[in-house]
Amino acid sequence: MPPPDDQHHHHHGRDHEHGQAPPSDMALRVKALESLLVEKGLVDPAALDAIIDTYEHKVGPRNGARVVARAWTDPGFRQRLLADATAAILELGCDGGLEGRFLVAVENTPEAHNLVVCTLCSCYPWAVLGLPPVWYKSPPYRSRAVIDPRGVLAEFGVTLPDDVEVRVWDSTAEIRYMVVPERPPGTDGWTEEALAALVTRDSMIGVGLALAPETAA
Amino acid sequence: MNGAHDMGGMHGLGPILPEPDEPVFHAPWEARVLALTVTGFGWRRWTVDRWRHQHEKIPGADYLRMSYYEKWATSLAGLMVEAGLATRAEVEPAWPAIAAPQTAPEVFAGEPAATPSFKVGDRVRTRNINPSGHTRLPRYARGHAGVVTRLHGAHVLPDASAHDRGDRRQPLYQVRFEAAELWGLDARGRGAVHLDLWEDYLDRA
Repeated sequence: MPPPDDQHHHHHGRDHEHGQAPPSDMALRVKALESLLVEKGLVDPAALDAIIDTYEHKVGPRNGARVVARAWTDPGFRQRLLADATAAILELGCDGGLEGRFLVAVENTPEAHNLVVCTLCSCYPWAVLGLPPVWYKSPPYRSRAVIDPRGVLAEFGVTLPDDVEVRVWDSTAEIRYMVVPERPPGTDGWTEEALAALVTRDSMIGVGLALAPETAA
Repeated sequence: MNGAHDMGGMHGLGPILPEPDEPVFHAPWEARVLALTVTGFGWRRWTVDRWRHQHEKIPGADYLRMSYYEKWATSLAGLMVEAGLATRAEVEPAWPAIAAPQTAPEVFAGEPAATPSFKVGDRVRTRNINPSGHTRLPRYARGHAGVVTRLHGAHVLPDASAHDRGDRRQPLYQVRFEAAELWGLDARGRGAVHLDLWEDYLDRA
């Protein structure tokens, strides 16, 4: 595992690999924009801090993991989730907010595997997963997920048998999609909380599977 | 708009690079951009569709080079100028790359419609439209046949909303396209792609 500074450097190198060096003054340029808006009375810096706190600490894939764990343990909830996920997640206190007024949950089965993408921009179910990772928003994933989903899945370490159908969901409208991964074997009798720890962000995008019980220990 | 953003099905855009233990933001300025953007929607001067179209108007080479939050900041600066919240002179020193205003984009803007023409199980074909304005019917899915799998109710047509033509609600359908229908002989294995498409994007097949 590289130290955090290396990761940071790596990220910038990746974003700008096709062009010139990253603008070293990005922080200053954004500060200029913020100052202009504060000067015009359109923005209160303290309110910005509160928004950042929400997205950094309050939304995230732990919300989605609770939804999946509930669906695994409560057949009635699973049915409600698959029929109307927008209403079902409210039962667990997940509010769609800006991105997620309309949510659809799609379920993996032995016959079908689901994969979520937004080819045109970066639509992502913020209500259950928080903000998307950089790779999800980047051209390589957006371009290939629809034409070569099996190749993309293999790169993430997921190899599916030929008879499993891959269903890709391209988020072209205000409907957001989340995947309900298959419950791992060997988890009979587990509590919802223990099960939720097996549900990764990637498994709810569809590029991963839920963790095996021994991996999570 | 047939822009660089409409990249579904393209090859050659590089490897997918997941980052282990990725932080929510990679630098404090990214978080400020997110918060400014969220705040900006509260001013009610532009719709989410117009905001998305603003990204699309970033010149293609820049669009592919810029990071996600750099595009967001560029779009916010551009929208502030277009909406009259700031002058070009105020914004340009820090944000010179704001998109040139588009003169008279071709808008694919139908009329509001309340009653769905299609039901689950109906075969439909997407229209072959190529507007220079905003649309959410990607190139790879135009002129193809699929099956309606779900009705989502009536939703604002983004093609109109992005160009300030108002909230024209139309039935929105989830449509399933077989991989072989979209990619022909290059479809790999059993599969399908689903898209959410408005009434005016579809004909009966």
